[in-house]
Amino acid sequence: MEIAGADLVRAAALMGAGIAMGLGAIGPGVGEGFAAGKACEAIGKNPKEAGLLTRTMLVGQAVSESTGIYSLVVALLLIFVV
Amino acid sequence: MEYTSDVWIQSAAYLGAAFSVGFGAIGAALGEGYAAGAASQAIGKNPEQSGAILKNMLIGQAVAESAGIFALVISMLLAFVHSPEAPLITAFAYLGAGLAMGLSAIGSGMGSGFPAADACRGIADNPETQGMLTTNMLIGSAICQTPAIFGMVVAFMLMFVDFSQQPLWPGWAALLGAGLSVGLAAIGSGAGSGIPAGSSTAGMARQPAAATTIRTNMLIGSAVSQTPAIFGLVVAFMLLFIDWSGKPGWPTWAMLLGAGLSTGLSAIGPGIGNGLTAGEAASGIARVPEAQGPVTTTMLIGQTVAQSTVIYGFLVSLILLFIDRPASQAMVDWAAPLSAGICMGFGGIGPGVGEGYAAAYTVRRIARDARQNVLLTRVMLVGQAVSESTGIYSLIVALLLLFVI
Repeated sequence: MEIAGADLVRAAALMGAGIAMGLGAIGPGVGEGFAAGKACEAIGKNPKEAGLLTRTMLVGQAVSESTGIYSLVVALLLIFVV
Repeated sequence: MEYTSDVWIQSAAYLGAAFSVGFGAIGAALGEGYAAGAASQAIGKNPEQSGAILKNMLIGQAVAESAGIFALVISMLLAFVHSPEAPLITAFAYLGAGLAMGLSAIGSGMGSGFPAADACRGIADNPETQGMLTTNMLIGSAICQTPAIFGMVVAFMLMFVDFSQQPLWPGWAALLGAGLSVGLAAIGSGAGSGIPAGSSTAGMARQPAAATTIRTNMLIGSAVSQTPAIFGLVVAFMLLFIDWSGKPGWPTWAMLLGAGLSTGLSAIGPGIGNGLTAGEAASGIARVPEAQGPVTTTMLIGQTVAQSTVIYGFLVSLILLFIDRPASQAMVDWAAPLSAGICMGFGGIGPGVGEGYAAAYTVRRIARDARQNVLLTRVMLVGQAVSESTGIYSLIVALLLLFVI
């Protein structure tokens, strides 16, 4: 089968999408898990503040999620736009 | 579309975009998650300060995020770059730009998480120090961002400087090597300088009266931790701006790639090791401010020794950049110099971390009992010398690969 140049560019973009999202998922997964663990630990020590701590955990995780979202955006761009 | 330069350049730009945002996402998210965990812990301990802690967490996370945002910007630029009629070497410039930015953001994002976490915990323990802690956190995490900025500068140069006068062989390896050198070298320094930033912030919360002494020590310690990243930047600049057209393509390409890997990889260990030492020095001074003199002296001695393997890496890079080899495509002639760079690069990581660890615990003991200063420094140097041995073996093997084979 003849592989044209356009196919190669498309393949590189698809490979790039996988690499971007795969690598980009490492940090948020670990970081958000750490935040959740510490929040549970704190709630265990001080159950009265469960609501406040859950909120803090979610706000913190939302920020930690952002780089994963950047990777997702770039991956989707590489798949559907470029 | 045939297999023209455009095909390869476009493919490389997409892959570069992926490396930039993919690697770049790792560090910032780790640092931010660490800060969020510490904030929850702090609020659990002292719920009345939840507003102040949350505010501090968000400021700290915003600084950690900047490394991720740099990576996003470079990634977007690469994803939409369009360079018709560009020479083929541009493909390697784009790949190098993605690697430089992505790798260099890992350490900076992680490092900035440490001061953010310690500031949150400190506010819970000692709410009056809040202003001081947030300020120190910002100074410390700004230093952590420097290596990511080095990476961004090199990435911009790779994208926007015209490299068309460089020959494709060995120019491609110079551009890729420059990206790897600055990117890898930034990992250790970024993460390492976060450690003193964090422990100095924690120390200020316990001992606000000694804030100035603690901050001075933190600045010295983290400045020294930045040196490995600067070695990586210097090698990247040499790779980018020396004219390679006079050298044969084979085996020079392997020497240039090896030069980038040697300094880049060997800088990771000393960056982290120096940070460990500076971190213990900052907490020691916070506990016993009068011990500042002997602690700072031993910290600097220990950091200097821990720096040695990146200097070996830099030495091997310089040899690889400047020795002349006759043109040859024989496998041995290119495998040996590439292997020398990889050997010295990986070999430099362990001794750098280990010697920094040894110095960290020495400094910690000296802070508790400054009279043991001389004895402890001597034992530290003996221990570090043994830890150095594998770094020296790597240097010897690298030199054998270069000059004996």
